[in-house]
Amino acid sequence: MYFTPSGFPILRNKKLVYLDSAATSLKPQSVIDAINDYYSHYSANVFRGLYDISEKATLKYEETREKVAQFINAKSSSEIVFTSGTTESINLVAYAWGRLTVGEGDEIVTTVMEHHSNFVVWQALARENGGVLKVLDVDEQGKLKIKNEKGKTTYKNSKLLLQNVITKKTKLLAITHVSNVLGTINPIKEIVVEVKRLNPKCLVLVDGAQAVPHMKVDMQDLGCDYYAFSGHKMLGPTGIGVLWGRKELLNSMVPFQFGGSMIAKVSLTETTFKETPMKFEAGTPHVAGVIGLGAAVDYLQNIGMEVIRQHEIELTTYVLEKLSGLNHLTIYGSKDISIRGGVLSFNVFDKSGNLVHPHDVAEILRRENICVRVGHHCAMPLHERLGIPGSVRASLYLYNTNEDINRLVKSVQNVQKIFS
Amino acid sequence: MDDLYREIILDHYKNPRNFGSLESKTHEAEANNPFCGDRIRMEILFQKIKRSKDQKIQIIKDIKFSGEGCAISIASASLLTEKVKGMSQQQISSLTKEDIVVMLGIELSPTRLKCALLSLEVLQQTIQ
Repeated sequence: MYFTPSGFPILRNKKLVYLDSAATSLKPQSVIDAINDYYSHYSANVFRGLYDISEKATLKYEETREKVAQFINAKSSSEIVFTSGTTESINLVAYAWGRLTVGEGDEIVTTVMEHHSNFVVWQALARENGGVLKVLDVDEQGKLKIKNEKGKTTYKNSKLLLQNVITKKTKLLAITHVSNVLGTINPIKEIVVEVKRLNPKCLVLVDGAQAVPHMKVDMQDLGCDYYAFSGHKMLGPTGIGVLWGRKELLNSMVPFQFGGSMIAKVSLTETTFKETPMKFEAGTPHVAGVIGLGAAVDYLQNIGMEVIRQHEIELTTYVLEKLSGLNHLTIYGSKDISIRGGVLSFNVFDKSGNLVHPHDVAEILRRENICVRVGHHCAMPLHERLGIPGSVRASLYLYNTNEDINRLVKSVQNVQKIFS
Repeated sequence: MDDLYREIILDHYKNPRNFGSLESKTHEAEANNPFCGDRIRMEILFQKIKRSKDQKIQIIKDIKFSGEGCAISIASASLLTEKVKGMSQQQISSLTKEDIVVMLGIELSPTRLKCALLSLEVLQQTIQ
């Protein structure tokens, strides 16, 4: 295997079963070393100093921009804006584009499976600007209700039903690539084609936080307009993320924040700004974070995203099979592995059918060093839609093994024993 | 058996005491924990009693709680309602985190402590 857990210092603790990578991923030694190397040997500011260590920091910073652009197949590295994470990336678009574009009666479309960061932002913007927020529903299998499956054998090949949703007044579709609760992989490329057919002016923003770490994503192939993701979910450090945007769009937007680095010329009466992407990176950036992200991209590319996806398909198949074998347990989302990532949310019930509160499940798992997330996973509208107060979520990544799954299943059985 | 889920905790979770609502009540409050979605509501009937010749105090004559939550929060609420019957408002105000920890008799992580303390928060809100 390419990704023996030994590359991850935290996993030297053999007792630890880490199943919360959808919250944040573990970090390999190479990422930690890259950050350490910056702070130990060239911790200078970027774009300012004429001395060697500053030049080196700037070089490494910009090298990462190139790496990221190549990693997601952006047309140019100038389309890569460094942010603090997915949340800031989405807020940047809402502020620098949405605030000035969405008017009275204009529509923003999103989905019920969004993380709050791609939901509340648009809800607030619609409220402030007098716009209308429309929310796409999911079906019982956790798939978006946008497909007409009549007469079709697969979800993938069925026809999209968006004509009643995307209108001439729709300014934006904000949609997640992979659900952080259901694991559903949305057919973004098809959706974009249909949206643009119905309204060529409608933009599509994709929340890629749960996709980029786990599968190959290609900006030129997807056809969307904005794509946001976080470094810390893809083996990189916290506090760093990316907004990708089509260059002409980024160019047409106003700055998000004002300050150093982002200006071309300042006088007492007027200021001009640098070109994209510098226009959006005011102040001293998270240099160590960017350099760490670069090391994370290297790590992922050395393995190959197809290899990682395949590993997760195998693990997800295994965990679905194991958990499905237990009584009094409900798994949410689709069983179709081709449209599902390695995110498994479930609930445990006692023999009388009463829900065992997810916190009680997590507590018992915690005592056996199994890390899972419980609660609403920042997706309250989805949990309300599913009619549950919360769920237990096990999320997988490249360092997980079948043994991790076995221990999870054993612990869940223990929960059932205690609450029987 | 896991010590956090001792018999007494599971018993109070599965068969909560003083669960429901009061027909006649003088005080009530409700609070939730947005982190886990737990919700506890308490209704209390206070009764004035003579403490000395010229001093009257209010004590809990009856108390009921309702809501939903994890085993820790429900068991904590159930045990607390048993504990505070007959207590004065002064006594209720002076209850602390430590009293709840002692009452439950288990070690709690900081996050779970919030579940355990929700019922105390609601109880003290009723007399604020």
